[in-house]
Amino acid sequence: MDMTRPAPGGAAQAAAVELNGAEIVVRCLQAEGVEHVFGYPGGAVLYLYDELCKQDKVKHILVRHEQGAVHAADGYARATNKVGVALVTSGPGVTNAVTGIATAYMDSIPLVILTGQVPTHAIGQDAFQECDTVGITRPCVKHNFLVKDVKDLAETMKKAFYIAKTGRPGPVVVDIPKDITTHKAWFAYPDTVTLRSYNPVVKGHPGQIKKAVQLLLKAKRPMIYAGGGVILADAALELTRLVRQLGFPCTNTLMGLGGYPANDRQSLGMLGMHGTYEANLAMQNCDVLLAVGARFDDRVIGNPKHFFEEPRTIIHIDIDPSSISKRVKVDVPIVGDVREVLRELNQQVEATRAQPDAAALANWWKQIEEWRGMDCLKYDRASALIKPQYVIEKLYEVTGGDAYVTSDVGQHQMWAAQFYRFDKPRRWINSGGLGTMGVGIPYAMGVQLAHPEATVACVTGEASVQMCIQELSTCKQYRLPIKIVTLNNRYMGMVRQWQQFFHGNRYAESYMDALPDFVKLAEAYGHVGFRIEKPADVEGALREAFKRKQDLVFLDFVTDQTENVFPMIPGGKGLSEMILV
Amino acid sequence: MRHIISVLLENESGALSRVSGLFSARGYNIESLTVAPTEDATLSRMTIVTSGSDEVIEQITKQLNKLVDVVKVVDLSEGEHIERELMLVKVRATGKDREEMKRMADIFRGRIIDVSDKDYTIELTGPGSKLDAFLKAIDRAAIVETVRTGASGIGRGDRILKAS
Repeated sequence: MDMTRPAPGGAAQAAAVELNGAEIVVRCLQAEGVEHVFGYPGGAVLYLYDELCKQDKVKHILVRHEQGAVHAADGYARATNKVGVALVTSGPGVTNAVTGIATAYMDSIPLVILTGQVPTHAIGQDAFQECDTVGITRPCVKHNFLVKDVKDLAETMKKAFYIAKTGRPGPVVVDIPKDITTHKAWFAYPDTVTLRSYNPVVKGHPGQIKKAVQLLLKAKRPMIYAGGGVILADAALELTRLVRQLGFPCTNTLMGLGGYPANDRQSLGMLGMHGTYEANLAMQNCDVLLAVGARFDDRVIGNPKHFFEEPRTIIHIDIDPSSISKRVKVDVPIVGDVREVLRELNQQVEATRAQPDAAALANWWKQIEEWRGMDCLKYDRASALIKPQYVIEKLYEVTGGDAYVTSDVGQHQMWAAQFYRFDKPRRWINSGGLGTMGVGIPYAMGVQLAHPEATVACVTGEASVQMCIQELSTCKQYRLPIKIVTLNNRYMGMVRQWQQFFHGNRYAESYMDALPDFVKLAEAYGHVGFRIEKPADVEGALREAFKRKQDLVFLDFVTDQTENVFPMIPGGKGLSEMILV
Repeated sequence: MRHIISVLLENESGALSRVSGLFSARGYNIESLTVAPTEDATLSRMTIVTSGSDEVIEQITKQLNKLVDVVKVVDLSEGEHIERELMLVKVRATGKDREEMKRMADIFRGRIIDVSDKDYTIELTGPGSKLDAFLKAIDRAAIVETVRTGASGIGRGDRILKAS
């Protein structure tokens, strides 16, 4: 505690005021322009909550479980490109938050998670609600801090926000012992922060970009493969401009949906394990591949050995050098911010007099259209049972394709990705990397708070939705009128699908017995619930639900139990080894 | 292939666990790891001996660079470098072995740094292979205890690893 010496520095010194640690944290959040903090109180953070309730700039959203707090902050960040903020107490508060933190880490989402800690003198004593937060979170954060001196608090907060949102974004944990929140220090929020050990590259190497342009213009069978990096870098416009300029086909990963308009003719849809026939075959058979903010994930290219069987030249733009040549050897790596690099690429493509090889391109498109003609997403439209795909198609129609759609994890997630045609970035909010069931409702909460006027739908299943069902209570408290579209097939559908294909139809523990009556459950939380059992009622129910602008509506669609997600590339297989319907 | 990687990192609590955690989480092999502060007390210098294919080593250096606490990384084995390791070995030294042990220490340019009526403690410095050779050269039954630091390395001539 240093109450005598003002903070060093010119202008900062003049502005410095003496505050306790809790006040400092709240002032830092205000200075960062944080509008919402998602959290849950407890012993170690009581002083912080005391300060939060004395002001109204930063609004606190009380969740019902710390996992929900981090997911909601994560959903908020995904829908806005702002840093999401969560606040949890020590011990179980932190361990409950870990799933949320790991989820954000896998998808590179900028978060700052403030965690209470036992007082400094009690650390290491196995105190009540103590856990080694920095140790537990270390493998699933971009960085973390334990604040041991109140004088370091403001600068640590500044660093946390800076690290979270720059470079390849990610979650940053700031662990604050309880006594630090009462100690006093001179406070002035630093305008900037520099770390000698952290200097993310922004501009791409001009020589590499030049090489890329030459390769692209010479390509006979080009392909553009765009991932979540396009969304994170807010580079959808730049990508769209490049794709249109070149006239090349473009596919988006699960994380990249909306990075290029799905309704455009040049879009081949999503690629990967449940990607379209045309996208996967174009990916496998192209001669020049431009990968933009994507990481050749196992769910995207399948088996790398099979991928290598066809020769192709790969250009890879990514902000993270460690993503380049990790699973797939790359010929032209370009490290830099995706938007900056795409701008440079666009300029060079415009400036050059060379044009893509029109004849070769026409041949390539002819081939692609043949593949597209397979209509790989077809399903039985005459079924007497509700087909899950049909529900998503109707959801798309009823919302005019303009909703923010969150999802949980499983079959419903894949159908939403395949059938809701995202034309805009940041509209599709899901857990791609970690595959966390339970994210759907808290994601929708974060999105709705970020965009109060927007239409927000949560596509989920009867298994996933129960993993964070308690957040229906939070939705009531803050009047969040999200629409929950549950594709209820009484199975953990994706588990069942794998058991059907690879485990001899032995459905071990994948049937959901003793389900709650979701209509009554929604009503018990003070919401509206509909149960829909016939295909003819699907559209009407959706229209009615979305008409209720003020209400959360829980739509329980009783769907065909045996429907599977197609196409499918079995694990360990290659892109051209798809199972079709 | 064996590589010796040198890392300059912030001398902060937890920095070591970030590095060791990275190696265990991603399944990289660590043969040895040494770390101590540099002449600038805010920085630590770490030497990691590891092995793997070129692809694995490329990932290791990239992943190390990605750690926020890491200032610089260099693969010393990519160029001319020197590496040294320190070993303290306590050996039985009684009867006629006592003179023999002293001679062996001299041959290997070791120094006897502690003496009791039964034992010598010998300090030996050199590349790991020299320390191995010493242990091989003496009677195995005479070895009471060995302590090795793991390798430290430095580039030759103008190859310098500094913060700026």
